[in-house]
Amino acid sequence: MTAQHASRRSFLSLAAGLGVSVSFLGRQAFAASEGDLARRKMVVVICRGGMDGLSVAPPVGDPAYAALRAGIAMKPDQVLKLDDTFGLHPELASVHRLALKGQARIAPAIASPDRARSHFEAQDVLETGESRVYGSDTGWLNRTLAALPPARKVEGLSVGATAPLILRGKVQAASWSPGKGVDETARLPTLLQDLYRNDPLMGPAFARGLETETMAQAAMTAMAPSPAMTATAVATPASATAAPMSATMANDRQNRQGNEAARKLGSTLAGFMVQADGPQIAAISLDGWDTHAGQQGQVATRLSYLDAVLDGLNTGLGDQWKNTVVVVVTEFGRTAKVNGTGGTDHGTGSTALVLGGALKPGGIIGDWPTLSQPALFENRDVAPTLDMRGLFKGVLADHMGVDRAVLESKVFPDSADAKAVTGLV
Amino acid sequence: MSLPSKTMMAALAVTRFGLGARPGEIATASADPRGWLIDQITPKGAAQPQPNPDTAAQRYVAMREYQELRRTAKDDGDPKTVAVRQANMAIRDKAGADFLARARLAAGTPDSFAERWTLFWANHFTVSSTKEITGPMVGPFEQEAIRPYVFGRFENLLVASSTHPAMLTYLDQQQSTGPNSPANGRNGKRGLNENLAREILELHSLGVASGYTQADVTEFARAITGFSVGREDEDRAGQFVFRENIHEPGARTILGKTYKAGEIDQSLAILKDLAAHPATARHISTKLARHFVADAPPPALVDRLEKSWLKSGGRLDKVARTLVESPEAWDPAPTKFKTPYEFMISSWRVIGAEPSAVERIATPLIGLGQRGFSAPSPKGWSDLAGEWCSPDGLIKRLQWSQGFAAAAADKLDPNTAAAEALGARLTPAVAQAVSRAETRREALALLMMSPEFQRR
Repeated sequence: MTAQHASRRSFLSLAAGLGVSVSFLGRQAFAASEGDLARRKMVVVICRGGMDGLSVAPPVGDPAYAALRAGIAMKPDQVLKLDDTFGLHPELASVHRLALKGQARIAPAIASPDRARSHFEAQDVLETGESRVYGSDTGWLNRTLAALPPARKVEGLSVGATAPLILRGKVQAASWSPGKGVDETARLPTLLQDLYRNDPLMGPAFARGLETETMAQAAMTAMAPSPAMTATAVATPASATAAPMSATMANDRQNRQGNEAARKLGSTLAGFMVQADGPQIAAISLDGWDTHAGQQGQVATRLSYLDAVLDGLNTGLGDQWKNTVVVVVTEFGRTAKVNGTGGTDHGTGSTALVLGGALKPGGIIGDWPTLSQPALFENRDVAPTLDMRGLFKGVLADHMGVDRAVLESKVFPDSADAKAVTGLV
Repeated sequence: MSLPSKTMMAALAVTRFGLGARPGEIATASADPRGWLIDQITPKGAAQPQPNPDTAAQRYVAMREYQELRRTAKDDGDPKTVAVRQANMAIRDKAGADFLARARLAAGTPDSFAERWTLFWANHFTVSSTKEITGPMVGPFEQEAIRPYVFGRFENLLVASSTHPAMLTYLDQQQSTGPNSPANGRNGKRGLNENLAREILELHSLGVASGYTQADVTEFARAITGFSVGREDEDRAGQFVFRENIHEPGARTILGKTYKAGEIDQSLAILKDLAAHPATARHISTKLARHFVADAPPPALVDRLEKSWLKSGGRLDKVARTLVESPEAWDPAPTKFKTPYEFMISSWRVIGAEPSAVERIATPLIGLGQRGFSAPSPKGWSDLAGEWCSPDGLIKRLQWSQGFAAAAADKLDPNTAAAEALGARLTPAVAQAVSRAETRREALALLMMSPEFQRR
């Protein structure tokens, strides 16, 4: 018996022990009938706090860059070169490795339609896919799941103990974070499902949680041979210790441990996605990008964590990487000019990363407005040339096979101005 | 709108407005449920966790000394010397002790409405240990800048938080320098940092989309240059200091009003106006109604709170009283979903106990997504069921409940515990499930995981 068989069997028996219906199972025959589309995968990574695009992909070839960034500017020989204008931050080594193979590209001047420079408003707009704040209380990934024809059921999964807005809505998406499993012999899950029958929120959420637990066993045994994951894996490096006051008592060793956990997190998420009936759509959030002061070290730590998550996903997905597109976005970029305290304040355009084996090689996505003073947005920020809804629509249509009319009417209403980016896959 | 029965009101007073019922508490409140709440509104503010730890200033100095020690050790080639590790542990132990003391107060207090009210304000003015220097000051911040003022004027709370070292470090204010200030000199390299100014406008007072512009943010950031923290070698080490030499000189115009030059008085005048602004009353009344009553709060309730706020000039004792007296707040249908901290605290209250060690509460909170003293952003923890009631969140609550019940259930009569925990809110379905449970521990875990207990 192969290891895979063993894990699948124990996963089935665990499901039976919990007394839950396992909707992840039993769809394999059907999945085959929809062919290639059933294997397509999309992962959205949300970097919360306003990721500094000019640090992700420093435009070292832009004539205005060095002066604007002054003490925090990178030299051309410090970055991992992409083209004559852009390089990647040195901590993004895995992303660069993929970029050299044509499997990672940057969108260097991207933004949501929001211009208020408020984290919370901008994250709301990013996740609802609306053109204005509080336009909806459901997320665009959830509406994507809801809008697919019944014959094509796609599962969604978020990583973390709380449900991100991007996956909240009518369809009960799964969520998971590392931790110990449910006691499979207890009667409690069944009794509770009874009590939750009339609770519109707790009922579906709990049922989905039990299903995902069974799948997690398979994801972890198949993909993460290293010691059992701990809760630290979902923490960003800013909070990678177990004490109540986590603090960023960062040092090299802690960063290495954080990166190891990040890689494992990426590979475990991949472990969910490679299962025959696993989620095809997943969302994961990384905190800690709000770098107002002394930002160089903080940005480096977070980018190395991000790089490790992406590397874990890439390796964990194995040959399924070719069916995958990963989009890394943030709610807004930061001021083009360094501020008075070695950091940057809330801005507008930022850089998105688009990765995956399904990607077509190519240059930057969208136009580069340059950093010349007249080109800056309101005299201070990278001017956005690409509405991120256009990127999302392009991936959903061309890669995930979502009907264009549905995208315009249900998933991103009000987005006619944000033309879908074509030719990505 | 009519009020529910007195027994139902007693259950709601203790479990919705308060932090959950300790044994006998609903019975105590049933004589006069609203009076039980109103008696907790006192001008002296909220209770302080015991034992009172260091001041924020002492913590700031300790942290700076630790950072210096670490820097020296690193320069010497060994960043992990015993001394560095010991200093690190000492700081972390103190923060852990703060968190435990706060949790023990919440689990044991007879005034749990006052404590919930306090937690609302601590979350409104979030400072978080996601920033290293701020971490050890989170506990003292609550004690110094929040608890004394929670039933006073909002203006005092706003000034106390905006000038506290924990807030100044958390939102990077202490280094923000007026570009034309004396210290910056000609061709000076330092300048503004607009983080605190923006969050005061957006989160602490007016609220987003209330009409202020980027220009207002920048002007306000210029005005509050000078707000800083005393260095280790200064007289006021670790305390608020106003540094005239980094203050941007000149008059400032914010929201169309001009404030004459005047160092710290200029900033205080602006904060006073922000506190009194109608947008602030609206913004925070909505947040209060959402926190206590429903994710989508009844507009009539928000209106009442707003009127009370404006009429009293932001007197929070009056606003608290209005909340208690509003019939909309007493709808028996429980719509709020407890945060992990509220859920855990209310569980200890069921068994009439307090957490005995910091790991008992801090470690499970990490898995539940609410690491102690570590809100992920200046907006604080979410108040929405959709965020906390996630599949993974429920599984993690179940796991914790099973462990908690295994340790606590043997001394309990489960049927009595259910009746005392929920009073008139206990439904036949839950009462029956508890009474039919196979073991005491299964019964207690069922109670803790029941929709009635998870909601309030």
